[in-house]
Amino acid sequence: MDFKNTSDFVSSFWSLYVIVIVAVSVIGCAVFLWFQGTAKFKPGEVTGHVWDETLEEYNNPLPNWWRWMFYLTVGFAIVYLMLYPGLGNLAGSFGWTMRGQYEQEMKKAEETYGPKFNQFLKQDIMTVAANQEAKEMGARLFQTYCAQCHGGDAGGAPGFPNLKDKDWLWGGTPEKIVETITNGRMGIMTPKGTKPDMDAEQVKDVVHYVRSLSGLTHDSARAQRGAELYPQACAACHGPDAKGNPAAGYPNLTDKVWLHGSSEAKQIEIVTKGMQNQMPAFGEFLGPAKVHLLAAYVWGLGGGEKPEPAPVAAPAEAEKPAEEAKQ
Amino acid sequence: MAFTHEKIETSNTLLIVFTLLAVIWGGLVEIVPLFFQKSTTTPVNELVKPYDALRLAGRDIYIREGCYNCHSQMIRPFRAETERYGHYSVAGEFVYDHPFQWGSKRTGPDLARVGGRYSDQWHRIHLLNPRDVVPESNMPAYYWLDRPLKDPHISAKMAALRKVGVPYTDQEIAEAPKALEGKTELDALIAYLQGLGLALKQAR
Repeated sequence: MDFKNTSDFVSSFWSLYVIVIVAVSVIGCAVFLWFQGTAKFKPGEVTGHVWDETLEEYNNPLPNWWRWMFYLTVGFAIVYLMLYPGLGNLAGSFGWTMRGQYEQEMKKAEETYGPKFNQFLKQDIMTVAANQEAKEMGARLFQTYCAQCHGGDAGGAPGFPNLKDKDWLWGGTPEKIVETITNGRMGIMTPKGTKPDMDAEQVKDVVHYVRSLSGLTHDSARAQRGAELYPQACAACHGPDAKGNPAAGYPNLTDKVWLHGSSEAKQIEIVTKGMQNQMPAFGEFLGPAKVHLLAAYVWGLGGGEKPEPAPVAAPAEAEKPAEEAKQ
Repeated sequence: MAFTHEKIETSNTLLIVFTLLAVIWGGLVEIVPLFFQKSTTTPVNELVKPYDALRLAGRDIYIREGCYNCHSQMIRPFRAETERYGHYSVAGEFVYDHPFQWGSKRTGPDLARVGGRYSDQWHRIHLLNPRDVVPESNMPAYYWLDRPLKDPHISAKMAALRKVGVPYTDQEIAEAPKALEGKTELDALIAYLQGLGLALKQAR
């Protein structure tokens, strides 16, 4: 159904109903004004109302200039209803609609800003990132759409990644950043990793092992026991060397970046309960041009990675460097 | 004596009749026809669905906490709004809202299309203490929301809503209390927020 058609009465009666009431109101006001103007007033006549025994009210006519202003409103109403919609289904001779005005506004904006957005859309993300104007546009877009989670300075918050550093959960190449913004991301860690039968002590052991990798305070006896659990419980995702896997968003456990906090209690909680962290998809909402500018802005914040050169690319991503060579 | 205002002012019946007429006159033409328009009475598309039990309970928390005092749920057809929030709101999105939460004041942003804009986790942190994710925020912390949801009247509410035209089935009403089991008020409110405005998410 067409939700944009707003005068879609269930029957033509209602259009007539609106027209009659509006017409009666306008004509009624005019008649009332005229009727008031016909009354004869004698100077010094009182209305007959008495307050507080002696307080009376003169029966003076409304000054003419005032009365004519009321006539003017009646005239305005008639002209308005001829030009604009108001009488039931009648559209008015201007054909004005709220939706039409909005679409005109959008069209004008597209004519004004469209070329600029398209110019950047045609450029390589790294080129856009180096452009001062694009950077300013990207910064404004970032404040509108991204700052709520990643912070006004893109520095992130617990649970929401810092975009300024060189640590990337899902990769920091231009293509990966565009992909992240467009489709969103969903990082999932199952409770107790791939070893669901771990007891609380074992969880603590494995946490201490991971803490030792990252240079955090740890109990070395626990870390040693944890090292034996790690391959079975964690390595499937975080890798045997615990360096993570950006292809699936598994974080590096050996660096100093702890998205959800580096306290032992927090880490135990995450291993025990698992973790699910989502970035919503913005592709449909923002469209490719804005995503492109935002990706360039984020890439240029300091941590952007160069696209992987062809020879050293992982075999699984062999088709990608070919695309990049074209740019 | 002619028909003067003295006659009206000294008769209770006449005064009541004319006062009523004066009050409803505008409404007769501005409100009454809305009940007989397809765009205001039928869902805009098949994505507009009645609130399920959890979201309905969340909606009641939204009302209880007075969220509408600072957040509107009505995107007007201006570019400045649609760029930020998404497609402007249309009447057919609100057919199952009794009452509407359109609001009229925006101390915080409009929430008409907040569904899917943030992660559940973000809402969780943000509702308990907004400053944890948005340091500049002046929204109050609703730190008490992480407590068990108690809504013993949920079935009765759904039955009442059915009376005003929300098509709940008997089964949905009967199973409502079960759907709330083990949930917190936070869960319910987030479920409500995450469902807002999805019907026209794609349209621009």
